Amino acid sequence: MNMNSLNDINPGEQAVVNALLSSGSMRRRLLDIGLIENTVIECLGRSPAGDPTAFLIRGAVIAIRSEDCENILVTRK
Amino acid sequence: MGLTNNSMGMKAVNLGLEIKKQSLDDKVIALAGNPNVGKSTVFNELTGMNQHTGNWAGKTVSNAQGYCSTKNQAYVLVDIPGTYSLMAHSVEEEVARNFICFGNPDAVVVVCDATCLERNLNLVLQTIEISKNVIVCVNLMDEAKRKNINIDLMKISKRLGVPVVGTIARKKNGLAELMDIIDKVTDGTITPTPLCIHYEKEIEEAIEVLEAAVKNITGNIISSRWLSIKLLDQDASLMKEISTFLGINLCDSSDLVEALEEAKAVLDKYGIDPNKFKDKIVSSLVLEAEKVCQGAVVFEKEGYNLSDRRIDKILTSKATGYPIMLLLLAFVFWITITGANYPSQMLAKMLFWVQDQLSVFILYINTPVWLHDMLVLGIYRVLAWVVSVMLPPMAIFFPLFTLLEDAGYLPRVAYNLDKTFKRCCACGKQALTMCMGFGCNAAGIVGCRIIDSPRERLLAILTNNFVPCNGRFPTLIAMITMFFVGSTGGTLASLLSAILLTVFILLGILTTFGVTKLLSNTILKGVPSSFTLELPPYRKPQIGKVILRSIFDRTLFVLGRAIIVAAPAGMIIWFMANTTVNNISILNHCATFLNPFAMLMGLDGVILLAFILGFPANEIVIPIIIMSYMAQGSIVEFDNLFEMKELFINHGWTWITAICTMLFSLMHWPCSTTLITIKKETNSWKWTFFAIAIPTFIGIISCILFASVAKLFI
Repeated sequence: MNMNSLNDINPGEQAVVNALLSSGSMRRRLLDIGLIENTVIECLGRSPAGDPTAFLIRGAVIAIRSEDCENILVTRK
Repeated sequence: MGLTNNSMGMKAVNLGLEIKKQSLDDKVIALAGNPNVGKSTVFNELTGMNQHTGNWAGKTVSNAQGYCSTKNQAYVLVDIPGTYSLMAHSVEEEVARNFICFGNPDAVVVVCDATCLERNLNLVLQTIEISKNVIVCVNLMDEAKRKNINIDLMKISKRLGVPVVGTIARKKNGLAELMDIIDKVTDGTITPTPLCIHYEKEIEEAIEVLEAAVKNITGNIISSRWLSIKLLDQDASLMKEISTFLGINLCDSSDLVEALEEAKAVLDKYGIDPNKFKDKIVSSLVLEAEKVCQGAVVFEKEGYNLSDRRIDKILTSKATGYPIMLLLLAFVFWITITGANYPSQMLAKMLFWVQDQLSVFILYINTPVWLHDMLVLGIYRVLAWVVSVMLPPMAIFFPLFTLLEDAGYLPRVAYNLDKTFKRCCACGKQALTMCMGFGCNAAGIVGCRIIDSPRERLLAILTNNFVPCNGRFPTLIAMITMFFVGSTGGTLASLLSAILLTVFILLGILTTFGVTKLLSNTILKGVPSSFTLELPPYRKPQIGKVILRSIFDRTLFVLGRAIIVAAPAGMIIWFMANTTVNNISILNHCATFLNPFAMLMGLDGVILLAFILGFPANEIVIPIIIMSYMAQGSIVEFDNLFEMKELFINHGWTWITAICTMLFSLMHWPCSTTLITIKKETNSWKWTFFAIAIPTFIGIISCILFASVAKLFI
């Protein structure tokens, strides 16, 4: 199994969440939107400037900045 | 109810917690829900009120209340801020939790988005842990149907153990049924038996150790199971609230303290530290929501939101994202300018015709001439100018903008611009507050509550004024039309006006970025905090309703302001123009006094005076300039902008004056309403002072620079 950060997932690809390294309020916010282990998320696209990136998470589209994606470990599906 | 919440000076949020019943028998219903699920629409439809709605997360920033009734019962409806959870991570969540927990609502209606039900259930599950009388309202059923999402409401109701009603709030579908269920739940005909969320067995073991001791103290006031979980979660703010609301200090009971220690030891034994505990609780909720939806929510078609993705590709792609943003902005301005032209002239003709009749009538009833002059030439004329010059562009711009908001475009703007904001060490949601600022800066500043980091929120508050509000647009449009587009009219001219206006707005936006960056490097140092931005599904805006409502609202608002602000201002100007000291009117004295400095800025004394007197409302700046010039002698009969231009040119205006007036209109102190709002939101005189000083300083400097450079080339 090879672990990536969410930043390695390109638009159109899907990934499964392995671990959340973020802490504090960001961690809670990500948990609130249902980003727990084993959640499948899909990368939908990047903002015109290349950052943030939009993901489909449990039916909702959420944009996350690259700094924060760094702390979300996933496995490409 | 007095909450002690001093975090970030957001006392305004809490004020809404005070319930005003119309009669003692009124029952209280709380409306909870995730952000942007149509909660405010449900609220508006039920109460007939007019809370701001729009397709983005975070519009409802404070509790609103309204009244509605069925044939059996009258209710107070409380619209609490939209939240994803009740874990009290943010002020909104704390307000929501406190209200559900301590506000004694007779029932809690949790509004959910049918297109995203599973995630919404997270909040439902947290709510039923606290309160038994919960009703789930699955809104946006039409959207779900359009996306071929099949929802078995019966199955979900059975699994949750609480009533579930499907609604399409904006078409009023299902609301009668919702009220019927509310009746039945509050009078006891239906007793919900909510499901109990089971956590991992280690956590259940700890809860069991603690629960009995908790029950001994709180009895049936609060769910002892829920409170036990919160105690294990070491939720300090909740402990404080409990002692405030119930007068019980949980730490006073040695039994409880002992049980808590024991329960914590259980968690320790399994190696569950506080962070892990939180994670496990949230995970269980998410998994429970998944279980409830299994087989009850069916996506009949793969790629059910394909069209949204297609639109996103166009609106946020590298090639088209920015150009479309600019084009949309220019297009909105173009429609505004083209559309406002004709009604403006018509209104002016009509209002000045009325002025003549009024004049005849007032003199006919033997009113003294000075009183006639004050009423007609002072008050009425300023009112007429505000209405005819300012109202039409506002009445067109605002609905157009609301349509974009309703459709869900604004979060995409934030998404597109986020990287630039990140470079300025700010939050992408600042783009949303700027968009609000186009409507009204005061509203934009209240909207800054959606930004979680206090530092980033301050950045957004201090720079909001660089986005010209509805009250300043018409000034910019009038200047452009008079001085830069020529008198021919027609499509080409209005297109050119729109482009010039767009360029000016871009200047304001660039200034916002520059100032934000400067502040981030000086008095508001910090790194950009992490954030998530939700991009909601596109929705078809309710065109007819939006146009009708916003024109009506705007018209009333502007007319109201005209009467409250412009009328007295007109009177003051009239006095200043007609009271003479040493044979020169006070107005002239003031203008002469300001003149040297104003000239330096490329303006004249009258213009600067108009900006100062326009402090209560930017709408009256141009009317004051006109009034003052007319009072100075050269009376021109006019009912359109080109005669106005003549008046201005007679008073020494050139294109440089026009640009400097536009610059200063874009960058000067915020209006009084905005300042009061800034003081309220920041709770600090220091930041209010900065909010005045920063734009004023930048405005003065830009005007001086522009005027001096421009004069070199003439």
